[in-house]
Amino acid sequence: MAIVTITIDGQQLSAQDDQTLLQVAREHKIHIPTLCFLEGLSSVGACRLCMVEVEGWSKLATSCTTKPAEGMVIHTNTDRLKKYRRMIVELLASEGNHQCAVCVVNSYCELQNLAYEVGLDHVRFPYLFPHKSLDATHKDFVMDRNRCVLCTRCLRVCHEVEGAHVWDVAGRGIDCEIVADMHQPWGESDSCTSCGKCVRVCPTGALFEKGATIGEMQKERGFLKFLVTARNKREWVQQPEDND
Amino acid sequence: MTKTITISPVTRIEGHAKITIALQPNGDVAETRFHVNEFRGFEKFTEGRLMWEMPGITSRICGICPASHLVTSAKAGDDILAVEVPETAEKLRRMLTLAQWLQSHALSFFHLSSPDFLLGFDSDPATRNVFGLIGHDKELALKGIRLRKFGQEVIEILGGRKIHTPWTVPGGVRDPLTAENRDRMLAWIPEARQTVGIALETIKKVHAKYKNEITEFGNFRSLFVGLVSKDGALEYYDGFLRIMDGNGNTIADKLDPKKFEEYFGEAVESWSWLKFPYFKQFGYPDGMYRVGPLARVNICDFIETPEAEEERKVFKKLSGNVGVVNNSFYYHYARCIEMLFAVEKIEQLLNDPAILGTTIRSQASINRTEGVGFCEAPRGVLFHRYKVNKDGVIQQANLIIATAQNNIAMNRTVHQIAAHFIDGKKGKITEGMLNRVEAGIRCYDPCLSCSTHALGQMPLHVELFDANGSLLDSVTRS
Repeated sequence: MAIVTITIDGQQLSAQDDQTLLQVAREHKIHIPTLCFLEGLSSVGACRLCMVEVEGWSKLATSCTTKPAEGMVIHTNTDRLKKYRRMIVELLASEGNHQCAVCVVNSYCELQNLAYEVGLDHVRFPYLFPHKSLDATHKDFVMDRNRCVLCTRCLRVCHEVEGAHVWDVAGRGIDCEIVADMHQPWGESDSCTSCGKCVRVCPTGALFEKGATIGEMQKERGFLKFLVTARNKREWVQQPEDND
Repeated sequence: MTKTITISPVTRIEGHAKITIALQPNGDVAETRFHVNEFRGFEKFTEGRLMWEMPGITSRICGICPASHLVTSAKAGDDILAVEVPETAEKLRRMLTLAQWLQSHALSFFHLSSPDFLLGFDSDPATRNVFGLIGHDKELALKGIRLRKFGQEVIEILGGRKIHTPWTVPGGVRDPLTAENRDRMLAWIPEARQTVGIALETIKKVHAKYKNEITEFGNFRSLFVGLVSKDGALEYYDGFLRIMDGNGNTIADKLDPKKFEEYFGEAVESWSWLKFPYFKQFGYPDGMYRVGPLARVNICDFIETPEAEEERKVFKKLSGNVGVVNNSFYYHYARCIEMLFAVEKIEQLLNDPAILGTTIRSQASINRTEGVGFCEAPRGVLFHRYKVNKDGVIQQANLIIATAQNNIAMNRTVHQIAAHFIDGKKGKITEGMLNRVEAGIRCYDPCLSCSTHALGQMPLHVELFDANGSLLDSVTRS
């Protein structure tokens, strides 16, 4: 581990070289939007919303997976980044069936918040209105693939924290979907422990508690930090929820 | 040579429609059709959704009466869960239903219909609207707007927002009522009562002023259908179905509303998206029936609140020796009586200690694969029937909407008014006919957004065709 000096948005900062750019930015209260990232889980850089510009690099870098290096100059909110972030959210909106008005997480949805943040007043791409399935076979929970953004948080929390590995991604390209076990109905899954962690980490209304009605599914995610801190540091202390 | 007159779009109702009037070669009216040209498909696209989401989705059918769909859908959910709703929750739902009546009736009476009879059926169409009413009688117009606001406030206080609240859910309601909010609502009651009194005085003056004219506003015998409580009182949330004929004879009583599909069929015509429900025993179209305020006040034995009951007795005298009031113009009067009832009953409910209870939601999983919900929406009795699988996923939804149930009667009304006022020999659409056909439809306060499960605003368009389909005349009003 070494200490490096980097510049984020004109601010000179010291960072450890085993951190990620996103961690450094958050430590210094510099906001970078995220969707698939969740503290306590591994980073996969899937959603591309946390991309930043690094001077001298031709490509954009996902801040959740990029490590700082000495002298790095980073920009987190350029016009180019704003353009791409908005486009990403537009594409997410157009390829799913996201009806906020009648959704269980209306007002508590990370995708909805992102849409507000990037100024999504309309979508320029044609809506695909895909035929996606809803799995209500589990006694307590529902998986509505219409609202899934394939962030894979559910998959990672189940594998990395619960250790059950119920969820996987099946299919390819636009046909990708989250499936339980070997594409079984969730209610028939032998591996699911019904712990509900996947439901609580899901950023949208794709996973929710059965019986929840419109705008009733507020998800509390502080448990994850608590579990990770307890596991890594042996400190059984409730962590305040990070709103970022 | 046969001619056809088309009125499209029709204004100051909720939704889109047009009217065509076919004339015989001698100029008499041969046939009239009230076309509803919208389609929304709620019954289809809710397939595959969860039963718990249905109140939130189906309330989006309409921005005027979302609470009625919400309550009806939640009741279908109660049926699927096979739960009893806690006492407080039922009383709160009842209050929501009455607030829905009040705001919708106030909108119909003051904003949409009163410009016709206060400014005159033949006054300038450009100012024959709520703004014209403000110019004519500002105080009355403002009182009407505030009465609607009261209904909306009750909905907002109970459900968190005025339109499309998700507050009513299968099993009960989501949040209890606080004493502070109860007092906020009670503070409105004296003003609401006074305004309803003014509405009643106003409509009685209108009856006197247009005594002869209103005899042609859909004055025909038909069946009347609505809910009554088990002791025969005016009902709005639960109870049984009663069917009365145009002579005041009760031909069916204490019917289980959950079996409505056994009693009523839905006919389809190629020229309208709006279906034509009819009483099966009498067939189509003889099984024509009317629902809504006129039907409800006609069929009930009494109204449980004192002032509304007094008005009901006065209303009943209009029926002469027939036993029921058959003239559709008196929908307006019945609507005012119901507004009075709603205000009185809301006050009663607010003063009931049980209204502040905190046990408000029964929890259960899926216990039945089919459920029916029903209530009296402002425009008449509303049914939702859902079939679900064992996980609560909707397999089939059937929504029978009040406006649709008045469809045959609305067509009959248009026919009667056209036959009386049209001068087919001239081959021209007269303003007088246009105005009265519109006003005739407005008696029913139709909501086409709901009834075709459509979207948008309703302007008026009339076209006149000859026997060969050639356009003779056309008038559009927006």
